[in-house]
Amino acid sequence: METPDSTSDHTPAADYDIERIRADFPILGRLVHGFPLVYLDSAASSQKPYSVIQAVDAYYSEIHANVHRGAHELSIRATEAYEGAREVVADHIGAAPAEVIFVRGTTEAINLVAWTWGAAHVAEGDEILLTKMEHHSNMVPWQILAGRAGAVVKYVDVRPDGSLVMEDYDRLLSDRTCLVAVTHVSNTLGVVNPVAEIARKAREAGAVCLVDGAQAAPHMQVDVQAIGCDFYAFSGHKMLAPTGIGALWGRRELLEHMPPWQGGGEMISEVRLDGFTAAPLPHKYEAGTPNIAGAVGFAEAIRYLQRTGLERIHAWERDLTAYALDSLGAVEGLEIYGPKEDRVGVISFRYADIHAHDLATILDQKGVAIRAGHHCNQPLMNHLGVDATARASLYLYNTRSEIDALVDALGLAAKLFGVA
Amino acid sequence: MPGHGSDGLELSSLQDLYQQVILDHYRRPRNKGPLEGATHTLTLNNPLCGDVIDLMLRVEGDRIAEVHFEGKGCSISQASASMMGSVLEGQTIQQALAVMDTFTRMLHGDMDAAADTDLGDLRALAGVAKFPVRVKCALLAWNCLDEMVGPGATPS
Ligand SMILES: Cc1ncc(COP(=O)(O)O)c(C=O)c1O
Repeated sequence: METPDSTSDHTPAADYDIERIRADFPILGRLVHGFPLVYLDSAASSQKPYSVIQAVDAYYSEIHANVHRGAHELSIRATEAYEGAREVVADHIGAAPAEVIFVRGTTEAINLVAWTWGAAHVAEGDEILLTKMEHHSNMVPWQILAGRAGAVVKYVDVRPDGSLVMEDYDRLLSDRTCLVAVTHVSNTLGVVNPVAEIARKAREAGAVCLVDGAQAAPHMQVDVQAIGCDFYAFSGHKMLAPTGIGALWGRRELLEHMPPWQGGGEMISEVRLDGFTAAPLPHKYEAGTPNIAGAVGFAEAIRYLQRTGLERIHAWERDLTAYALDSLGAVEGLEIYGPKEDRVGVISFRYADIHAHDLATILDQKGVAIRAGHHCNQPLMNHLGVDATARASLYLYNTRSEIDALVDALGLAAKLFGVA
Repeated sequence: MPGHGSDGLELSSLQDLYQQVILDHYRRPRNKGPLEGATHTLTLNNPLCGDVIDLMLRVEGDRIAEVHFEGKGCSISQASASMMGSVLEGQTIQQALAVMDTFTRMLHGDMDAAADTDLGDLRALAGVAKFPVRVKCALLAWNCLDEMVGPGATPS
């Protein structure tokens, strides 16, 4: 995503009203251990703006009833709110509402595909192609499926800078490959993968392609048609929405022919003693009372991102990421993982011989929230030869002075550990 | 950033947490490496943060003759494992379990336990009590010990 002024040296987002944006997020006003919160853990979960909190609140205060069930006013209004939210989500990613299934999050979306499409289409000897950088949620469901079906899981290699070895992909992709599942953006290294190319090659090889959008959807405009994949999974809570809501987009032809997943209310059009007829899309995959308030909050989160402008957010984050890479890069003894450019603001690093958990504890005492550990990326960490990294992840509400606070707090860690 | 720049309270509890003794055990761990003639070995990890401790004991009769460990992880988990050996070697299993009990109480904030000289270097870990999420780091090696020779252990 290029912005016209990306080459000028003043901030590319001069019209970005950061103070107003920060004021939209009530939690950013609080103190942690007596210091202003510096929240650098949005890749784990983002904070929520007032408008999302209020949308959920207003839904419960004025509308709530069960959906698709009653002829009474509240049920009708709740159904409208829920299905209206689906339209917002679908529209946002260039899809039709019938192709958007509400789920708990990315993890549930991927499991849904593994247990339905997977159960119907993956047979003994088939190959499932993943990459070594996949989050555990885009790895374990496929390992479970492969174990059941007698299929084989293969992994595309990752270079030390975090980029995929595309020659390895070309080499591993074959007519035995039934599925390619890849993350759009790495949650540890911030790398943006060439998902359109990966999806095109998968299609040419006759394989279905699932993209894990958990770390991409919060930061960039996603168009599932332009990507050309078959499934796209993402979580609301990483993009300003409440927890417990996310979406699976699937190509209609595939969704039509997959067997249902969980059985129950909502997902049927008729039940007899000798069987049932599944409901039409998308309800076929939504058994039971859904997370209605979550969906309402999700829609408002997307509207918030749209009002602010994903292009402008992207420009702000790119500037901030460059600043963070420079600032952290200038700290002696600090090693940053991942690429220098074409990345999102998920920055993994190690600092001297101070373990990531110790760093996180020390930074927390200064109000700076970062993540430490393997980031649900154990195979990638093993591949990189590290047992844990510290990770600072940036979002639309972060500022340069927060990066300064991070660097300042690293100074305290250095002092405590006697690092020169 | 308003509010930054004063190293007050937060610094003193961090200084308690990261005492020189702890950093010294972290950087120069004692008894780290394989143990010839080990009678007990067990690896435990902390799935949340990825700390790993592989604890090895050589037990003679009811006495712990040697304690070694391998592992990786934060300063607290590694220092705790390193200190364990210096404190427990030569003690009976019963004495070792009593130390474990006192140590555990200390980590949960018991001041009397923290004053118990039987803990030796381990007393330096008293500061962990102020950081409840780090207690499991300090206990990792001790969970290995407990599983191998504690009351619930199956006799080897
Ligand atoms: C790349 C990636 N995939 C999947 C997930 C799982 O998302 P969730 O926990 O919301 O289901 C995450 C988030 O932790 C992620 O970063």
